[in-house]
Amino acid sequence: MKKLSARRRHPLAALVVLLFALAATGGLYAAFAPADKAQADTSSQSLAIQEGQKLYSVGCATCHGTSGKGTKTGPSLVGVGSAAVDFQVGTGRMPAQQQGPQIPEKKAIYNQAQVDQLAAYIASLGPGPVKPTSQQYSPDGADIANGGQLFRTNCSQCHNASGKGGALTEGKYAPSLENAPPKYIYEAMLTGPQNMPSFPDSTMPQKDKKDIIAYLGATDSDKAANPGGLELGGIGPVSEGLFGWVFGLGALIALAIWVATHTTKARKS
Amino acid sequence: MSTTEHATDDVTARRGKAPAGEKIADWADGRLGIYGLAKANMRKIFPDHWSFMLGEICLYSFVIIILTGVYLTLFFHPSMQEVTYSGPYVPLQGIRMSEAFNSTMNISFEVRGGLLIRQIHHWAALVFLAGMFVHMMRVFFTGAFRKPREVNWLFGFLLFVLGMFTGFTGYSLPDDLLSGTGVRFMEGAILSVPIVGTYLSFFLFGGQFPGNDFVSRFYSIHILLLPGIMAGLLVAHLILVFYHKHTQFAGPGKNEKNVVGMPLLPVYMAKAGGFFFLVFGVIAIIAAIASINPIWEFGPYRPDQVSTGAQPDWYMGFSEGLIRAMPGWEINFWGHTLQLGVFIPLGLLFPAVLTVIAIWPFLESWVSGDKREHHILDRPRNAPVRTGFGVGWITWYMVCLIGGGNDILATHFHLSINDVTWFVRIAFFVAPVLAFIVTKRVCLGLQRRDRDKVLHGRETGVIKRLPHGEFIEIHEPLDQGKVFTLTAHEQPAPAEIGPEVDENGVERKVDPLTKLRAKLAEGMYGEGSHIPKPTPEEHAEITSGHGHH
Repeated sequence: MKKLSARRRHPLAALVVLLFALAATGGLYAAFAPADKAQADTSSQSLAIQEGQKLYSVGCATCHGTSGKGTKTGPSLVGVGSAAVDFQVGTGRMPAQQQGPQIPEKKAIYNQAQVDQLAAYIASLGPGPVKPTSQQYSPDGADIANGGQLFRTNCSQCHNASGKGGALTEGKYAPSLENAPPKYIYEAMLTGPQNMPSFPDSTMPQKDKKDIIAYLGATDSDKAANPGGLELGGIGPVSEGLFGWVFGLGALIALAIWVATHTTKARKS
Repeated sequence: MSTTEHATDDVTARRGKAPAGEKIADWADGRLGIYGLAKANMRKIFPDHWSFMLGEICLYSFVIIILTGVYLTLFFHPSMQEVTYSGPYVPLQGIRMSEAFNSTMNISFEVRGGLLIRQIHHWAALVFLAGMFVHMMRVFFTGAFRKPREVNWLFGFLLFVLGMFTGFTGYSLPDDLLSGTGVRFMEGAILSVPIVGTYLSFFLFGGQFPGNDFVSRFYSIHILLLPGIMAGLLVAHLILVFYHKHTQFAGPGKNEKNVVGMPLLPVYMAKAGGFFFLVFGVIAIIAAIASINPIWEFGPYRPDQVSTGAQPDWYMGFSEGLIRAMPGWEINFWGHTLQLGVFIPLGLLFPAVLTVIAIWPFLESWVSGDKREHHILDRPRNAPVRTGFGVGWITWYMVCLIGGGNDILATHFHLSINDVTWFVRIAFFVAPVLAFIVTKRVCLGLQRRDRDKVLHGRETGVIKRLPHGEFIEIHEPLDQGKVFTLTAHEQPAPAEIGPEVDENGVERKVDPLTKLRAKLAEGMYGEGSHIPKPTPEEHAEITSGHGHH
């Protein structure tokens, strides 16, 4: 013991201790680790990850990098979660057609099964928001009026009070929410895609999200009633003014011309 | 006016018992003097031109606004007392709102015909203002504002401005999120006024914004004060139209002393009366098919909420454009913050844009020195500088409107809102000048064309080959009436400033104002601003058969 004690300030002592410690943890792990589970992983989950990886390397890797860590042209996808993939790919925003201030929604090129595989792969890169179940986003039984209140407080600054979208800086924009499917509204709030801030459950509980979805379903979809008639785009006084000038005053001027040309003057003949 | 008892007795004796209508008319004439009025006015002549009916569009839409507005007052409660909504519109049930918003919801969803009347009222307001704008431009471009009609021009201009503010106070009444944002905008404009801004704002809102008073105050202003003044101005406007007689375009048989057209009764009355129903019909159709100001989509106003795409109605749009394009300048002057980013566009430019067009008639008569009466209208091309100025002003106004809708333009045409704003900032200074130059050139081109037509006739499109092989197009001479019409306009010479030196060779003193006036007159009436119209000699020489044209 004395020998050991005498050399305890030797420069290499720390190294020796470290080696012992590593050997001990390694040995303990080898002894206790559940070895059987690591073998032969043939569950559907891992198959989906594999398929997803294949799809990823074809459709996404150019911008997001071969391992999803991002490049100069695309952000890292580690930790974005399956909800973000489901939203971006499911709405056709990804894969992007071209770089720009904002990637627009377009026709989705992957079917839902492929989207799920991609989502599984991306989710395997790191933990993130999980794709919601239909129970989570279904507007059934939600409080529509509360949803409206929340929408006007949190969303209408960018998406317009009637959900028709609006402009952001430098060509970016908040898209119209007309007829947006509940799942995507939920995922957008959860993940905050592109220029949108995210509203995780800690700031906006699941029930509030449902209320907002229910409000949009009741007011900004084909099911919504328009008691006033034509909506004129639902963007307020700009389109109303244009309509009033073109069809209101325009029609009246046309009528004035008609009235003025029909006089009681004796016809020449 | 003074049908005496004896005269009436004589007539009765001669023709037996007078019919009831005549009796009533006699009764009324004895007290109101209607015969004299009718004699003087029933045969008043109105010339026929579609552009003379633009004012009627305004008059009729004003009447429609009054009628529908009265109906709305029966159901609207101008109160800011907080209530909880329990009407049929589900997405707002249980939401707390002001009584003003609640009663507007009630009008829209429960009162029979309420929504239609609301929409007629609002659409008619848009058409009213648009009609006034176009009417004003018609008067401007034809020079109908010249003596003796300058005062009436001002009355019309005041009606337009008051109409803007009546509209503003009107669409603010429902206390919805969109209009509340507009009221907040106005409060900001008031606050930006140096020194008195804060006091004015507290005075108007009865304390801190939004307070509990503004709806009831706006209500009084909207249904009583402003429409009252407008009705008075409107009557004065119409009386002056009668008093001055109507203007007319130049043509054979028309001169400064006569008016050629149809008498008020019966022809014009029938046309005008029918036109009222056409106006009402068009506005009612629009109101029946197209939604306007759907307040249930916006929700009640709360100062902590705001919506993007928050624009005022079109007639206030240029003020929105001014503020959107203005950089957010702010300076600190002696411990006081001057909010120039708000005060310059709303406190200075807003009135400036309006005033510039209002004072033109006075500027023009000062520069031209023309004190005569004018009842024959100018064709816009024959006053190139005035026309250029008017088009420049419209361009200015439109640039501001583009600025007011910059976000809508950005989203709908896939542009960057920043680029739109920069376009507006530059175009605000450049576009009116360009529009002026281009318009003036176009006017001069059209004058040349008129000159050509008078001297060489109308191009018939018939090509003739002469014996020696030359191809010519046959021109057909215009008839005498057309030649008269095309040459009826005056081409005044600019007022001279006089010799630079007096009889002793000493430099004459000319005050700078006179110099400026001479310069402006040169620009407005000098050589570069008109194409000399053909003289009778030129016309005679060319049409006497010597020319081969």
